[in-house]
Amino acid sequence: MDIFLQQLINGLTLGSIYALVALGYTMVYGILGLINFAHGEVVMIGALSSLTVIRLLADSGLPGPVVVLIGLLAAALVCMALGFTIERVAYRPLRNAPRLAPLITAIGVSIVLQQLAMLTWGRSYHSVPPLLPAATHEVLGATFTEVQVIIVAVAAITMAGLMMLVNRTKLGRAMRATAENPAIAGLMGVDANRIIGLTFVIGSALAALAGVLVSANYGIAHYHMGFILGLKAFTAAVLGGIGNLAGAMVGGILLGVIEALGAGYIGDLTGGVLGSHYQDVFAFFVLIVVLIFRPSGLMGEKLAERA
Amino acid sequence: MTVLLEARGVTKYFGGVQALKDVSLTINAGEIYGLIGPNGAGKTTFFNALTGLYQRDGGEIGFCGAALRLSSPHEVAKAGIARTFQNIRLFANMTARENVMVGRHSRTRAGVVGAVLRDRATRAEEAALRRRADELLRYVGIEHRADDIARHLAYGDQRRLEIARALATDPKLLALDEPAAGMNATETASLKSLIEGLRADGLTVLLIEHDVKLVMGLCDRVAVLDYGEKIAEDVPASVQRNPKVIEAYLGGAA
Amino acid sequence: MPRKSWLGMALIGAALALAPIVVGASLGNAWVRVLDFAALYIMLALGLNIVVGFAGLLDLGYIAFYAVGAYLYALLASPHFGIHWPAWAILPLGAAVAGLFGVLLGAPTLRLRGDYLAIVTLGFGEIIRIFLNNLNTPINITNGPKGIARIDPISVFGQPLSKPVEFLGITFSGVMLYYYLFVVLALGIVFVGIRLQDSRIGRAWVAIREDEIAAKACGINTRNVKLLAFAMGATFGGVSGGLFAGFQEFVSPESFGLMESVMVLCMVVLGGMGHIPGVVLGGLMLTVLPEAFRHGAGPMQQAMFGKVLLDPEALRMLLFGLALIAVMLYRPAGLWPEPRHRRELAK
Ligand SMILES: Nc1ncnc2c1ncn2[C@@H]1O[C@H](COP(=O)(O)OP(=O)(O)OP(=O)(O)O)[C@@H](O)[C@H]1O
Ligand SMILES: [Mg+2]
Repeated sequence: MDIFLQQLINGLTLGSIYALVALGYTMVYGILGLINFAHGEVVMIGALSSLTVIRLLADSGLPGPVVVLIGLLAAALVCMALGFTIERVAYRPLRNAPRLAPLITAIGVSIVLQQLAMLTWGRSYHSVPPLLPAATHEVLGATFTEVQVIIVAVAAITMAGLMMLVNRTKLGRAMRATAENPAIAGLMGVDANRIIGLTFVIGSALAALAGVLVSANYGIAHYHMGFILGLKAFTAAVLGGIGNLAGAMVGGILLGVIEALGAGYIGDLTGGVLGSHYQDVFAFFVLIVVLIFRPSGLMGEKLAERA
Repeated sequence: MTVLLEARGVTKYFGGVQALKDVSLTINAGEIYGLIGPNGAGKTTFFNALTGLYQRDGGEIGFCGAALRLSSPHEVAKAGIARTFQNIRLFANMTARENVMVGRHSRTRAGVVGAVLRDRATRAEEAALRRRADELLRYVGIEHRADDIARHLAYGDQRRLEIARALATDPKLLALDEPAAGMNATETASLKSLIEGLRADGLTVLLIEHDVKLVMGLCDRVAVLDYGEKIAEDVPASVQRNPKVIEAYLGGAA
Repeated sequence: MPRKSWLGMALIGAALALAPIVVGASLGNAWVRVLDFAALYIMLALGLNIVVGFAGLLDLGYIAFYAVGAYLYALLASPHFGIHWPAWAILPLGAAVAGLFGVLLGAPTLRLRGDYLAIVTLGFGEIIRIFLNNLNTPINITNGPKGIARIDPISVFGQPLSKPVEFLGITFSGVMLYYYLFVVLALGIVFVGIRLQDSRIGRAWVAIREDEIAAKACGINTRNVKLLAFAMGATFGGVSGGLFAGFQEFVSPESFGLMESVMVLCMVVLGGMGHIPGVVLGGLMLTVLPEAFRHGAGPMQQAMFGKVLLDPEALRMLLFGLALIAVMLYRPAGLWPEPRHRRELAK
């Protein structure tokens, strides 16, 4: 029982981070029908640039959480600029190109970002200074840290905010209209290019937040962290139904929990043949199973291709 | 008169919208059967449900006296129903001849081994295929464009190429989705004689068309769809006088 | 065939035959080795070209099939299990097993839309790598991250290609012998590719790439035909993998990461998707140029700035990424597209 609860807590933490990243994928997909392959790398850049700022301020005497907050703001600015630029340079010129073209540029962008990060921050693993309250508590035999509580809470608040933005504001309405049909939205006076740019910017800000949270969770950041994280978050988006915001959140949490429980029990389930280092396999397995049996995801609508 | 195609109660939903409501119709062998109706009436949807592109939500289709239970488009094509598309769908970067050759895919056999070894049987098949493709291009009148890339063809020629490609599957029933759309009067006239030629050669044609003159001049019988429902089926002259049909068209225009 | 093209072929043949001798004498055996790798990568790229270039299916886990071929060779011809099968028996087996993996992966996933397929294949590539890394316990199958060493070299007519041979007064070193084997096989794959392209199957692949719905309406069983492309590509990958294992005499999971898949994809995309000469050019360029870069970039920075400012390896990958973006934006059909068609990616 305690291992179950423990893994549930860990999964929930991880899952809220996946959910934040998955939102970025799903928002862009909803509006452009494009898998923004480079999104995971934006998360990585967010993590590392916040780390740089945090290290600069670590000895400034400011309280830990304030330092982290400043780091987050800096990272958000960097990532927003990055997301805006990526859309402008790599995707917008290809909006009417064949489907594979933007996917290939997206791979190019990922490589570029990863290598730039390596040149800037080096190949090594960076440890993240523990500035957030990290005391552990116990419930029913499982432990959780305050960092974990902060992660889940911040993610939840952010997602609630995003839902408000999309469902209650004029900007949100314009976004939904553009996703529905860019041409008609254009007729109604919505500047589709602006909305698309904004979508990338918002998604990137969420990515920056996810980057800060994930490095706080593991206490580590490196130039290579974005790839696997991005892939899993994409899986989460597909699991929930790509293009669907609520789906991305549900998918993220669910994937985090599946992964944590899977890693906790895989040894017992397979009689010790497979160990917890197969954790990463779960996400791909889930992805393949979902795409085969329910490609529209848990909450997505089924759409037939028009002929 | 033998029945070639019999549709009974064909139904199709898109989410909550019922795009086809219990559509039943029979097409006799050798006739030109028109399918008309206002925009969005469900004509193209009927084609898609017929050719297996959409999964039907109800209804049966009998073809050549047997139930057409095939679910995938390639099986329907092999069974003898060929079609063209309302918004031309050619293989844009293949030559006209290659387009038609692809149309004969289900009537040819060569596999990977044959392709690599180019044995006698494969060479013979390939040569026959080429001949047949050129024949069909000549039949629709664009043999001089055989080596041109499909997307470089003039609009009217693209429509003809699509017909040639459909004919390459050796169909018993040819379904044309608005073949005259976007054509000028001369092009339409020659399309008309092309379709008449097809009938003279024993083919059955199912024709969706908005050009009333063309439909009235060509079709032996006409069915009218409105909001997914068949509201009339008769010889052209009486369909034209049918008050329900007039209402549907005027209602649509208003 | 007209006389002119015979002459051209003879010239190309002579150039290919002399290349390792000239390169070996002027630049040293290290560069002949680079040519060996170029030939290997060209085989891989031609295999992927069938999948991406002809059929328009974006496969981002292609290197997994290379890994399957390589590990199969390593397991069946090394002291790891004490099995020492001959290469001519393992290579076809590797091709078949890789092809089977292709079918197993493709069968459930090929009805997915293009971009989903890309992600699933990417995941598949990662899964294979994770298994290679971890299948050393509880039974040691892959020897984990350490990899498998002391693999038997490939022998032709009882002559191990790793040992130098004296012929016509010239000493042919191991890398040269491998070069000839690889070039002959690469030419074989080029031949198969050209024959396939101009055939019923090849046309069906292109038709699917151009318009899948129309292809279906033409009576093409798109699922099976796509599966065939997948299996063919995987087969070529498997063969190349076996050759790689015998040539290196060592395999480890590190050689089969995502970056390798991306590399091969770059060769196809930069060269000219669906155009065989373009793909060959892409393979050659992307093996030789980075190598030259690796040798040149360090010393050049040394000379210009007095020290190495930027890691040449990172710089190389950076240029790859930029090249991918630039080609898609400015030359979407690649550097050497098909002259007649200038075919673009599937609409
Ligand atoms: N794939 C689809 N998904 C959702 N709705 C669809 C789809 N295809 C068609 N519809 C809807 O079904 C209805 C019938 O459309 P259909 O294309 O069959 O009309 P049509 O009679 O061919 O009209 P037109 O003369 O304009 O071609 C329309 O309301 C259309 O919006
Ligand atoms: Mg229509």
